Amino acid sequence: MAYVAVKGGERAIEAAHAWLAEARRGEPAVPELGVDQVEEQLGLAVDRVMAEGACYDRGLAALAIKQARGDLIEAAFLLRAYRTTLPRFVAGAPLDTGAMRIRRRISATYKDLPGGQVLGPTFDYTHRLLDFALAAEGEAPPPPPEAPAEAERMPRVTGILAQEGLMQPEARGEAPAEAEPPDLTREPLAFPAARPLRLQSLARGDEGFLLALGYSTQRGYGNAHPFVGEIRMGEVAVEITPPELGFPIEIGEVTLTECQMVNQFAGSKTEPPQFTRGYGLTFGHAERKAMAMALVDRALRARELGEEATAPAESEEFVLYHCDNVEATGFVEHLKLPHYVDFQSELEKIRQLRATALREAAE
Amino acid sequence: MSATTGYNFGYLDEDTKRMIRRALLKAVAIPGHQVPFGSREMPLPYGWGTGGIQVTASVIGPADRLKVIDQGADDTTNAVSIRRFFARVAGVETTERTAEASIIQTRHRIPETPLREGQILVYQVPMPEPLFRLEPRVAETKRMHALADYGLMHVKLYEDIARHGHVAISYNYPVMVNGRYLMSPSPIPAFDNPKMHRNPALQLFGAGREKRIYAVPPYTEVRSLDFEDHPFEPVRARAGCALCGSRESYLDEVVTDDAGGRIFVCSDTDYCQSRQARQEAAE
Repeated sequence: MAYVAVKGGERAIEAAHAWLAEARRGEPAVPELGVDQVEEQLGLAVDRVMAEGACYDRGLAALAIKQARGDLIEAAFLLRAYRTTLPRFVAGAPLDTGAMRIRRRISATYKDLPGGQVLGPTFDYTHRLLDFALAAEGEAPPPPPEAPAEAERMPRVTGILAQEGLMQPEARGEAPAEAEPPDLTREPLAFPAARPLRLQSLARGDEGFLLALGYSTQRGYGNAHPFVGEIRMGEVAVEITPPELGFPIEIGEVTLTECQMVNQFAGSKTEPPQFTRGYGLTFGHAERKAMAMALVDRALRARELGEEATAPAESEEFVLYHCDNVEATGFVEHLKLPHYVDFQSELEKIRQLRATALREAAE
Repeated sequence: MSATTGYNFGYLDEDTKRMIRRALLKAVAIPGHQVPFGSREMPLPYGWGTGGIQVTASVIGPADRLKVIDQGADDTTNAVSIRRFFARVAGVETTERTAEASIIQTRHRIPETPLREGQILVYQVPMPEPLFRLEPRVAETKRMHALADYGLMHVKLYEDIARHGHVAISYNYPVMVNGRYLMSPSPIPAFDNPKMHRNPALQLFGAGREKRIYAVPPYTEVRSLDFEDHPFEPVRARAGCALCGSRESYLDEVVTDDAGGRIFVCSDTDYCQSRQARQEAAE
């Protein structure tokens, strides 16, 4: 029977998995890629998978990338499906990004500022010319020149503006500071979503989707007048307070990228004109994502600030329900699962509707 | 914790199962009402039945016997995959016989063989909100459910009839549960809708990506929306099954050549094979 072949089955799945494993490995004569090589040499891919996989573990992210054949959304999915089985012990203390051990820190709003501009490892000023020397297995590049680290603490640009009263202070919200933050991996999204929940959703959100949405706010779909107050990237200590100890202890550090966008705000009946903040924070070195997130965060504050909210990036249901790429890819790709039962009823229905239409036309 | 798999019985940890069971209890107490729950990421993709899998994982026990169908069939790739998943993480017995199963997880069909008391039918649900094509904002549809404000859907059906002479919905046909909540029956063909009405089995619905659970307790009234002068009409192909001859079951159309040739066969493989076996035994 022809239809049995269509329905596939156990043996077909096993054969497909075997083929997949072979395709993943590629030509056996070529040395196998080590997970440590992925971790060390495809570091930005690892960072993206950690961010969208919502799990800070470079080794596991590298393994996921290898297993997913370099498909980063598939890798993020693998990491999420692992992370969801982990117990959640405690909520960490708020990270102090002001105390970040800086590797990169730039501001577009001030030529110079306390702590200076630190370019760090950036593509920004490279010429995008293919480096054919890399194709040949080269030697390690010479070490970059070193300068003594700045001893002074690097103040945040938004803090400098706040001293002058030009930066809108963040609402503390109704919850006390020590309250546990919302966790959308445990509780489903509910609307209207408070800003901590929105930011959490955006931090896990798809870089490409947020990039396009952020871009749309710059092109007139939204009321954006953003400046990069500051982007900083580096290491931040993570602290928790175990209930049995009662005081905070440091359990390690994570690499983060933080972006604070400064946006003009014309003021309202209750507030004078001032700057407002769009905030982006991601695991690893992920500047594009952090910037896009900051643009979208600010766009989502439109209603709260009494601005007209008509653009897609300003609709929290539209943005938050569609920014999760693991959800999105699942639902889009599920269309390739069999649908012949529903299609059959559509066939019968359309035949019925056509028969009625043709009969009426004949009458 | 099972030593062979490294995962808890049924994959989910016990705290998660308890959370899902609470949502299920609430759903059973308010038939047709969508209960938000903390849906977890599962090792299968969203859209592959993560909601149904979480519901099944939360209600299954070692003594259960599980049947999984997709498009009515036990041998479709996704049904095979989910059945293997539970065989692996719960080690439960599986079956392809509707009558022998204590839990049946399904995508897009209700089995032809009538269900009985004590059985649980778990539906995989892509979009739990029956109004989503008419009103995409969840905050708004929540309000409409609270007020039982379903005029929008009645107008949609009315417009279909005015324009086409029929309601133009053939699957995922909206139902009113217990006279109170408008509910999506999941994308089952409208043909299956009447089977939900006063069904002796417990019907549970899981939507993983949308993070909603809802339920129809045994013997609950489930009415497909219609009008007095345009009663609900389930649709099936006007043919008999080429394998077992059934003229009552829902049929899949199978194209046999490129010259318009086609046959119809039962979508429910267990039903079809049981009938064929009975016919052979009678001969």
